[in-house]
Amino acid sequence: MSLIGRVTPEAAPASAAACLHCGAVLPPGAGRFCCTGCEGAHALVAGLGLDGFYRRRAAADGALRPAVEPAAVDFAGHARPGREGEHSLELMIAGLACGACVWLVEQALAAEPAMLRARASLATRRLTLAWRGPAARANDFAALLARLGFRVAPWSPACLSATEDAEGRTLVRVLGIAGFGAMNVMLVSVAVWVGADMGEATRGLMHWLAALISLPVVLVAGMPFYRSALAGLRGGRVNMDLAVSIGVLATTAMSLSETIRNGPFTFFDGAVSLLALLLAGRVLDRAARRRARQAVAELLALQEGSVSLFGEDGGVSAVPVESVRAGQRILVAAGERLRLDLLLEAGEALLDTAATTGESLPRRFAAGAPLPAGAVNMGAGFTARVAAAAADGSLAAMARLLERAEGARGRYVDLADRVVRYFVPTVLAVALATFLGWWLWGGLHWQAALVPAVAALIVTCPCGFAIAIPAVQAVSVGALFRRGVLVASATALERLASADHVVLDKTGTLTEGRPALLPGDWTEAELRAAAGLAQASRHPLSRALAAACPEAPAAEGVEELPGRGLRAGGRRLGSAAFLGIPGEDAGMTLWYAAPGQAPVAFRFADRLRADATAIVAELQALGLSAELLSGDAPNAVAAVAGQTGITAWTARATPEAKAARIEALRAEGRRPLMVGDGINDAAALALAHVAACPGDATDLAQTAADLVLQGEGLAALPAAIRSARRAQRLARQNITFSLAYNLVAVPLAVANIVTPLLAALVMASSSLVVTLNSLRAESGKESPRWTR
Amino acid sequence: MDALMLLVPLSLLLAFLGLLFFLWTLRTRQYDDLEGTASRILFDDTPRKEPRP
Repeated sequence: MSLIGRVTPEAAPASAAACLHCGAVLPPGAGRFCCTGCEGAHALVAGLGLDGFYRRRAAADGALRPAVEPAAVDFAGHARPGREGEHSLELMIAGLACGACVWLVEQALAAEPAMLRARASLATRRLTLAWRGPAARANDFAALLARLGFRVAPWSPACLSATEDAEGRTLVRVLGIAGFGAMNVMLVSVAVWVGADMGEATRGLMHWLAALISLPVVLVAGMPFYRSALAGLRGGRVNMDLAVSIGVLATTAMSLSETIRNGPFTFFDGAVSLLALLLAGRVLDRAARRRARQAVAELLALQEGSVSLFGEDGGVSAVPVESVRAGQRILVAAGERLRLDLLLEAGEALLDTAATTGESLPRRFAAGAPLPAGAVNMGAGFTARVAAAAADGSLAAMARLLERAEGARGRYVDLADRVVRYFVPTVLAVALATFLGWWLWGGLHWQAALVPAVAALIVTCPCGFAIAIPAVQAVSVGALFRRGVLVASATALERLASADHVVLDKTGTLTEGRPALLPGDWTEAELRAAAGLAQASRHPLSRALAAACPEAPAAEGVEELPGRGLRAGGRRLGSAAFLGIPGEDAGMTLWYAAPGQAPVAFRFADRLRADATAIVAELQALGLSAELLSGDAPNAVAAVAGQTGITAWTARATPEAKAARIEALRAEGRRPLMVGDGINDAAALALAHVAACPGDATDLAQTAADLVLQGEGLAALPAAIRSARRAQRLARQNITFSLAYNLVAVPLAVANIVTPLLAALVMASSSLVVTLNSLRAESGKESPRWTR
Repeated sequence: MDALMLLVPLSLLLAFLGLLFFLWTLRTRQYDDLEGTASRILFDDTPRKEPRP
């Protein structure tokens, strides 16, 4: 027996210090699991008899750590009733990274006795469930998945539009048809090329066969190009697709005329292979961007949620945001993000308005005050009246503004179109001159004179040229995707490459955007004890404390006193007033006291991201001047500017001021790259030359941005800029090369010595060179800085 | 020449059948989840139904 065959797959993981469930590196001193969530998940998987998962698992380390508290979404409302008491539900499932995850999810759900069908799609992250029983079971299934470490969200229309992609499917279909055509036309064309001793009748038959195959194929498979060319012409623009359409249609028409006249050559094979090649480039380009769009939709779906509405009878029920009307009363829990514009009814509220104004310190609101949607409740839960329904609220108004700004950006003319503007008229002029020259002075019949003219069209035609940019795009967008940079817009890379100024937001962009524990005069044991207590609460400060010491065992019998603190036996954690300590709380502080011990303070602050300074320096080294634009107080902005080495900064900038600053920069002729995460940045993001946001940004910022930087922070941004510039350089090289090729090919065509075989060779070799050159876009020199 | 009369239509017919097959796979959405299907073939056990405590 060979030794290799005896290596057992059950062998323990190479590193002993990895969590048995999620595979994350264990903190020293922890047992076999990184957190209680993973321990629970492992027990659940084992209990279901699905241990096989751990042998097959290939998910990124740490990706399957169950969330401290799952999102409060009511899934029952999303379940669709079927016949005979059946219900079905579609979910977006995040964290699905490998085939083993699909297996675990499907098996775990199938083990439920009521489950009829459970099917997860790895590519689209879509989970379809059907079960017999009440709709409310949906929440049980979602909770089961959450305990396994998968985050789920209702399948939203945005997810659907990102994955369905009818246009992409049409492209694949016509690619299939063009591929069929290209292969079969070659069958007859090759016979004509090599069959020099072929009789005229046989040659004529071959040409008719080729025409029979090509005509329908050119008609159907060329549709995407013809449509786009027509749309461009209506808008008064000459685009790349017009060049392709003219080339293909003229070649087909000339070949048909040669077939009728029984001429020596037809170029059907050239026209059809050209279509097949270009469609292949387009399909790849689209697939690369579809993955990015899908990932953005996934991030957005996870942010969706429901609100707790007071019913007529005084009971509270979770309902979707869209169904809430103005004037209704809702309950806002501690730590919840406000999804609607509200009016505070009574008492007092403490809100973190970083997303709406950029302020890093929470603000107090008195009774009767309007509360902005997008803020996070940092205090106790409160009751509020809805000021405007979701469709009339401030978030919807902002979304409409963004749509208008997007339209303006859609008119950006990319490199290919700029070149084509001169290229198409030139080529047409050369072809016309060739035709007239041979017909009037060369002494050829007009039909024969068409041959060199159209040959000039097809050899110049866009083959290498039209593939030059999609190929580079597909390769770069794919490479960036693997680094966690999601490129959703087609011209984003080109605009990113040309950016010369970077405008940064502070809160949530340069800083982490959530409170983090500061070093203080507490001991490790006190931190452990306090963190154990804090695990029981959803309050943002408690969560920050729990996150600072995730291995702390959860305390037993914790009682939460809303707005004041937590109590377990004699131990207390909460505000200064709760512990009876005199003096006002300065900023964000939690006090902890155990019986017989002096109280200790845990202070929190919105910390600068660890790599912020290095990234700003790197951006400046790339030739981008940096500027800080924040809605926060001057001293906080100045401190961050000082730490990161940014000299130009503006504090207390309202959303309007941010947008105005971007417009002023553009009016000066600068090309600003805006980086922001808040609702207050959205307008500026949409107006900027190119915009990026972190993966945890608000949904409005994500829709307004061209690039979403997944993972932590901005670390991928300098790499993305380098990658975009490299892609731009390669695209230019490709275009230059294609133009140079034409300098050789066009004189041959004009001189009427190009045969279809020569045209095919010219086309194939130039496409090949361009494609190989494009592949270099992936081999970035620097190693990836972003890892999952 | 006789061979051509038979073989050319025959090869075209076969290729056309291949094209129809491709369009069918596309219509039945077999390309929607390429990665998932690739690993699904390795799962040998069928889902079990067990009443859980």
